[in-house]
This record gives sequence, structure tokens and C-alpha cells, in this order.
Amino acid sequence: MKRPRGGRSPGAGSRSTGPARGSVLLSSVSSDAHTWNLVFLQLLLEENGYDVVNLGACVPDELLLAEARAHAPDVIVISSVNGHGRADGRRLIGALRADPMLRGVPAVIGGKLGVAGADDAADAELLDAGFAAVFPDSPDTGPFLHLVDTVCTARRAARAAVPVARTGHGVIPSRFGNGLLPAYAADAS
Amino acid sequence: MSAAERPAGALASVPAAPRDRYGSLPAAVRAARERGELLVQPRMGFSDPARMRAGLLATRAARGATVGTLTLDSYTRVGDVAAAARALATGVPLNGYPITSHALDITRGVLDRVAGPGFPVQVRHGSPLPESIFRTLTALGLDATEGGPVSYCLPYGRVPLRRAVDSWARSCDRLARAADEGGEPHLESFGGCMLGQLCPPSLLVALTVLEAAFFVQHGLRSVSVSFAQQTNAAQDAEALLALRRLARQFLPGVDWHVVVYTYMGVYPRTPGGAALLLSRAAELAASGAERLIVKTPAEAYRIPTVDENVAALELAAAAARAARPLGPGDVSDTGVYVEARALIEAVLDLDPDIGTALVRAFAAGYLDVPYCLHADNRGAARATLDAEGRLRWSSVGAMPIAHLADLDRAALPTSSGLLAALTYVQRTCDADAAAPAPSLPLEGARL
Repeated sequence: MKRPRGGRSPGAGSRSTGPARGSVLLSSVSSDAHTWNLVFLQLLLEENGYDVVNLGACVPDELLLAEARAHAPDVIVISSVNGHGRADGRRLIGALRADPMLRGVPAVIGGKLGVAGADDAADAELLDAGFAAVFPDSPDTGPFLHLVDTVCTARRAARAAVPVARTGHGVIPSRFGNGLLPAYAADAS
Repeated sequence: MSAAERPAGALASVPAAPRDRYGSLPAAVRAARERGELLVQPRMGFSDPARMRAGLLATRAARGATVGTLTLDSYTRVGDVAAAARALATGVPLNGYPITSHALDITRGVLDRVAGPGFPVQVRHGSPLPESIFRTLTALGLDATEGGPVSYCLPYGRVPLRRAVDSWARSCDRLARAADEGGEPHLESFGGCMLGQLCPPSLLVALTVLEAAFFVQHGLRSVSVSFAQQTNAAQDAEALLALRRLARQFLPGVDWHVVVYTYMGVYPRTPGGAALLLSRAAELAASGAERLIVKTPAEAYRIPTVDENVAALELAAAAARAARPLGPGDVSDTGVYVEARALIEAVLDLDPDIGTALVRAFAAGYLDVPYCLHADNRGAARATLDAEGRLRWSSVGAMPIAHLADLDRAALPTSSGLLAALTYVQRTCDADAAAPAPSLPLEGARL
């Protein structure tokens, strides 16, 4: 497996100069081949000053864990639009929270996560399983960017102070009810 | 054990089906050409054999010259035979027909007395490593399918391009051998789609011609090249003419035809917008293709029903019949042909083996699909839409067309610009359909 090329930006390089506000590991889940959602989120995050490593489509859990250990991001962003996101996401967050190196890295998930649309109970299960936030499909990216900012700011502060391992749960709201990761899926199969 | 898990020797012992039992796609194309008709075809697949058979029967009965489709489910596409078998055992509906998990006799029961002369059935799948699918369809006596080593690899996953090329080479060899038994095997390149959106037409045209040439190098004597409807009707018509010209030049001595895909990107929200877009696709196909793959308004949200597929087929057939033929001067030359030709020639110069040439071309960036995240795609090319909705390069990366391309360097994408481009067709079709224009929808795409 080739190393994913996270450094390449799909965009105009329009992010502000100066040090990045934080580092984001962006990924789909193992069964999802869609990528326009990931291209969009990479552009959005870079425009807002973050370094992004984009792992692309159909990312096996073990590859995602290996990349997360290698890059040590401030936050892991999972976007999925094929309707299997809840099932794949539950399995993935279990693996992330069980990993000694990664259990302190906050992870969020969003998109079209089920085949039947919004499901608050299922979202609550994802939060219980360890995601720091769950974003439904929506054009409003504000809550998502706010959360990423909160997480990155908190982790920078933590690094600047005593290097204490801490989980995302303590620094972010337990639930974002109305945010979303836009999920534009070119249905090209 | 499913059909796909059996070694090839086990399938070889199955009595060979008489060729042409399930119809010939090239023969249907020839017949439709003589009648001056456009073939229309759904993207239809159901896991339940009875429903699949009913869908084929309804396709055959639809008003229009139709071709049947077995679209496979996504587990079968990625080779997860166990998951497909589990779904069948527990009655969970899949998003397509799991041809390698159903017993051969089950699939014969779906096809018998439905597929036949005059109504061929094509298998559509999406697999980067299609050997088990090809093994199963040839064992059944089916001999028309589609895909390609680039078009089913780069957009959808992580399989290395070299591995996909080798798997497709072996699969082509197997399919081509159906000709030894008197069949007329046919393979369609999906290269005219590539992520569905924001790939300029010259690269789509070049990729589908290169994939078809790869098929021919591996023994196929009947192929089709494809083009997915994009964002500007005039640019699409120019691309289709360029595609025909290049197919004549680079596919000599073989039977070939052109297939158009109805728009593969973010679809209109309104029924009127969806019908308008499908009508435009049918008019495009009538201007320079033999076959059209239709889409239904429902496809963006769920698996369409049989009735929705039939309605789309009939609307497309009627729109194609009503289309005015293009006259001289209807299509202007903005450079699609010369760009595509430069790409094809640069790739073919890299190696006499087209599969190796394709792998080297992507490694060198001679081919570079905009916004494709696959590790074997260089990822330096970018494209955008101009004010008329034409696809324009904003960066060609290392592709050998910098001296030809009309670059729109100012238009490197932002996140909001990307969203606007991805939803351009949805917005314009919904708006055009809502506008009080009496000639809509059939006059909507005049050049």
C-alpha cells in the first residue's frame, strides 16, 4: 500500500500563511468509495488554516490507525456518505479508543451515516462509543469548524502546559445536534 | 461454496451454454443503427432473482429499443463474496444482483426466455479486480460487460493501478475466448465517466479510447467507448464528435460504438429538472452515439423501482426520436479533439503494452484525473466551470497539453467554489425546468 499523499491540496492554497491552527487526519470508512465529500472537507479545512492529511476512499481500519499513529493529528475527521457509516464508524471508534497511542485523539464523524436518514438514537450510540461529535448531512459547516477549532485550541494549550494525555470528551460539547458535514456524492458507480 | 469461490476448473466442467442464447449486444447495435434508433439501457440491479427477472422483462417491453442490464451489488463489486452470501441467506436486500453468489442455475432462471436475440443483457459491475465476475458471466454464456483497468480502479478505492491492469488483462483474455465458441463478446470502457464530475472532456475521451485499445490488445473484437454527459451541451456535443473521430483512428479493424451516460454527478432535486437532464442526455446521444444509459430521478436517494426505470427508458427513447440532427457548423471546435489526441499519443508512446503504458502515464503525470485521491493518481491537475458551465482546466499538472489547453488559472477551487461547481447541473436543470419555457424539455439543449 502506498503512503497516502496527504500533503497535496486540491485547492488554491488559499489558507492563511503562518503556522497551522492544527492538524487534521481526514478519512472515509472501509466500505465507502465516495471522495467528493473528502475533497470538499480538505479544501474547507485548509482555507481555515489547518494542515490536512486526506486518506481518501475505502480506508481499512488498520490503515487509518497506522496513519493516525504516524501523523499524530490534533483531531480525526471521518466522513461517510454511503449509508454504512454508522456500522463502520462504530467498529472504527472502538479500535481507535482501544489504541494506547490514539485513545486521547478526539475523533468526529459525519455525513449520510445510515440508509434511512437521520437517527438520533443511533447518533447517541456513536457518541457513547467514543466519537466526540456526530454531524448530520447539512450545508452549514459552522458547527463543524467550531468544534475543530475548540479541539485544536484545547490540544495546543494542553501541549503548551504539562504534557498530560487527555481525551476529547473533556474539551468539547458532548453533542452537536445541528451541524453537518456536507456530503456530495457523485453517484458514479 | 459460491460460484466465485470455486476454482476455474469446476466451472469449466459446466456444460457450455450455446452462444447467442442470451443475445448479442453488437448485433443489437447493428440492428438499431439500421433502423436509425438509439438503444436505451437502464442501470438496474436487484438481489432477488424474481425481481431481477421482472425488471428485465419490463425493460424488454418498454417502448423503445432497449438493452437489458444486470447491475451487480457493491459487495460483489469489491469481491466480498462472504458478505453477499450472508445477505442472501438472511434476506437482506442488496443494491444489485450478486451474480457470483447466486448459483448459475438461479441466474439462468433469471435470463432464460427473457434475454435472447434482439434483447441482449449486459453485466455492469464496478470492479477493479473483475476476474471472478468475468468467470461467472462467461460460464453462464453472457458475453457483454463493461468497466476498465483505470475507470474502475482510480475513482473508487485503493487497489494499485498495476494490479487492476493485470486483472483486467486476464479478464479480457477470458472474455475474448468466448469468440472461439461462436459468440461475439463485447466490452465497454467506463473511461468516459471518471468521478462523474469536473473532469474536462478531453481527458475523458482519451481515457475511454485508451481503455478500448487495451481491450483490443487483449483480444476483444467488439468494444464501446463512453462519454458521460457533463455540464454544457455544446461542449458535450463537441466531445462526442472528437470521441468518434479518435475511435476511428485508434480502433481500426474492430467493431466499435459509442455509449453516452446520463449525468453521473449531483442530480436535480425536482422531477422536472431530472426529466430535462435526461432529455438532454438523449439528445446528446442521438447526435453521435448508438446507446444511452439512462438515470432515474430516484437514483440519487435510493435504488429505483422497475417502473421508474421503464419511465426513464421511455422518456429517453422519445426524446432521442424527437431530436433534431446536428448540422454542419452546429458544433464549434474548442480543442477537445487535439487535447485528447495529444494525451492518447503521449501514452501510447510510453510502451507497446498499453497496460504498462497506462501505469507509466499515471506515474509520470501524463494522465492526471482532477480531484482523484487514489495514490497512483498524481493529483496535480485541477478543473473548474466557467460562466457558461463549460469545463475548463485550471491546472494541467504534468499532462502534455499545456501548449494546447485554454487554462483558466485564476479559477483554482475554493471549498465553496467546488460545491457550486458540483451542484451546477442540479441548480440549472431545476431552474430551467421551473421556467415557463413552452418548448421545454425537448428544445432545452439546442446548441
